[in-house]
Amino acid sequence: MEYTKLTPELTAELSRLAAEVIPAAEIHDDFCHDELAGLRCRPEALVRARSTAEVSAVMRFAFTHHIPVTPRGQGTGLVGGAVARAGGIMLDLSKMNRVLEIDEENLTLTLEPGVLLMEIAALVEPLGLFYPPDPGEKSATIGGNISTNAGGMRAVKYGVTRDYVRGLEVVLADGRVIELGGKVVKNSSGYSLLNLIVGSEGTLGIVTRATLRLIPLPRRAISLLVPFPTLAQAIETVPLIIKSKSVPTAVEFMERSVILAAEEFLGRSYPDKSSDAYLLLTFDGNSTGEIEAAYDNVARICIDNGALDVLISNTPERNESIWKARGAFLEAIKSSTTEMDECDVVVPRRRVADFIKFSASLEEKHRIRIRSFGHAGDGNLHIYVLRDELDEAAWKRTLGAVFQELYDKAREFGGQVSGEHGIGFVKQPYLAESLGPDLIELMAGIKKVFDPTGILNPGKVCSVSGRDGQ
Amino acid sequence: MKIAVCIKQVPGTTQVEVDPETGTLKRDGVESKLNPYDLYALETALRLKEELGAEVVALTMGPPQAEAILREAFMMGADDAVLVSDRRFAGADVLATSYAISQALRAAGPFDLVICGRQTTDGDTAQVGAELAEFLGIPHVANVVRVVRANRAELTLVCDLPLELQTVALPLPALICVEKSIGEPRLPSYRLKLATAELPIRKLSLADLPDSDEKHYGLNGSPTQVIRIFPPETDGMRERWDGPAAEIARRLGEYLFTHKFLQQPR
Repeated sequence: MEYTKLTPELTAELSRLAAEVIPAAEIHDDFCHDELAGLRCRPEALVRARSTAEVSAVMRFAFTHHIPVTPRGQGTGLVGGAVARAGGIMLDLSKMNRVLEIDEENLTLTLEPGVLLMEIAALVEPLGLFYPPDPGEKSATIGGNISTNAGGMRAVKYGVTRDYVRGLEVVLADGRVIELGGKVVKNSSGYSLLNLIVGSEGTLGIVTRATLRLIPLPRRAISLLVPFPTLAQAIETVPLIIKSKSVPTAVEFMERSVILAAEEFLGRSYPDKSSDAYLLLTFDGNSTGEIEAAYDNVARICIDNGALDVLISNTPERNESIWKARGAFLEAIKSSTTEMDECDVVVPRRRVADFIKFSASLEEKHRIRIRSFGHAGDGNLHIYVLRDELDEAAWKRTLGAVFQELYDKAREFGGQVSGEHGIGFVKQPYLAESLGPDLIELMAGIKKVFDPTGILNPGKVCSVSGRDGQ
Repeated sequence: MKIAVCIKQVPGTTQVEVDPETGTLKRDGVESKLNPYDLYALETALRLKEELGAEVVALTMGPPQAEAILREAFMMGADDAVLVSDRRFAGADVLATSYAISQALRAAGPFDLVICGRQTTDGDTAQVGAELAEFLGIPHVANVVRVVRANRAELTLVCDLPLELQTVALPLPALICVEKSIGEPRLPSYRLKLATAELPIRKLSLADLPDSDEKHYGLNGSPTQVIRIFPPETDGMRERWDGPAAEIARRLGEYLFTHKFLQQPR
């Protein structure tokens, strides 16, 4: 069934349901895309929701009139998830950004979806509490993080967003408001709809409130920056670190070219850039002594496996100089080229080295610049293919060929299409290929239960089977 | 060439309480670290060592546990370390501190160059460098943002004055106080940690100084009376500019140039 277009009459009706409704002509260009290059669609109306009641009223309206709705946080996604592919209503949740409660007895934080990740850290850490998920993009909203099940750098020790979502308030496609989970620590009460919503990228419901689990803040963190002569040596050391049973909070790898790009982008210099490749590890704990005992073993493993040295970052100032650059890698690479696209595969950890070597070999084979960095400790790799001076046709052709090889190789290694960025619009063909028809059919069936008429973020995640109203 | 770098152990966090009785900072039970400003002083010395060949001596005054930051200086590349420690140095103000360190530098020297950071994060006076130079009777340059040229007899430096950058030639021996822009400090090395673990640290007490009259040191030697210590008020002042984008951008550009956040294009 065709979607209804928003006529002036319908837009006027919509304007009575929410305080801030912006008609198509006045929508800022920012809302026509996310951080994925090359996908632009103008919504027919932008609603900047202020409350669950508004979201519910807008969904009831959209359901009645069969108008598509695309929820959106800060638009920092990388896969086109928050782009209004089918037009209709864009539901901006970034103004629903109140922190509702910090419950120090249950160690939970309840907030609206528009609160930014960086605001959570600033809020809870002075209280000695910690929200561990740590994606690079700190200006993303928590709603967006929940929608994509964002991971980040501390996943090795602490897990991902899903592990910290205790409860959600969700507005369904027809406007009903439901509560999932709660402040409870355990829950064996039927199917976990909560976990279906986490990572569903706005295709099953709209998250309007979340209760997150907090843990006590480790009092000290020490990072080790480990220079290696080659990237292969660096990455081949990672399985030995994992095997040693010391648990770092993060194990990242990076190459000099990416560090240099970050230096230029930030306008500040990195403490060491004399080597071609680095591992960056973090250990946390409650005293310097405890952490030193944990990292000493790992430092020796690194040196025994060819590390040139192990550089110790033991103060907030030093950690900041290292991690600030790490957080800027994506933007830095982006600013070094005309356009780029990314592959966010995750492979079993012992295949990381093989996968990185494989992706590096594609640079020469396809004559294109490829940059990578990522979470060596959890197997989630970020591989960026850079357009530079290629013309449109050559770019599309080369990108397609490189991606096909990367995703095929990931599947061969037992990996998955996306570690943390999600599927959104662009990764759907790769997801379909990777999971196969049986799993996609199950996903489409779940979508149908939650969203029978296909108005929730249509054209995303598992829409290739054509079952969501398009 | 022999370079001394003056460093200090400071509390690891900025949340330090003030003792209401004595007006001094409560340092017990707080994790400590090497004063972040001093990292730039060490880095400057280590770069000069790489360029000219030099012996870098890290020197600190403090309680015995201040040895930890000297170990860290070893891990960054210092060749020797001096701990100036005596109960009779306790409670020193800026003058008595500077005097004690100048005496220690005489005892451990002579040095061709003394390098200090801009200030400490606990005392925050930014006075010790200049006073040290006066006690030592050597020239000094503060607010050094760049070392342009260096040889064993003279340094050419750029220092950041309120309204301009000044390039100066400084004959050695001399003292400089460096700013953050001098260069990103290197990280402590695990290899150097292993290699220097057994290196001795030279300890100086009052008896080892040329002037060992205890009346010149510690509380006795401090003319400063601290009446009250309190955290500065933050006013959170903001300015809001409205107007056409081009006009605001021009104003912002001017503001950033005037306040030296950006260098005016030539």
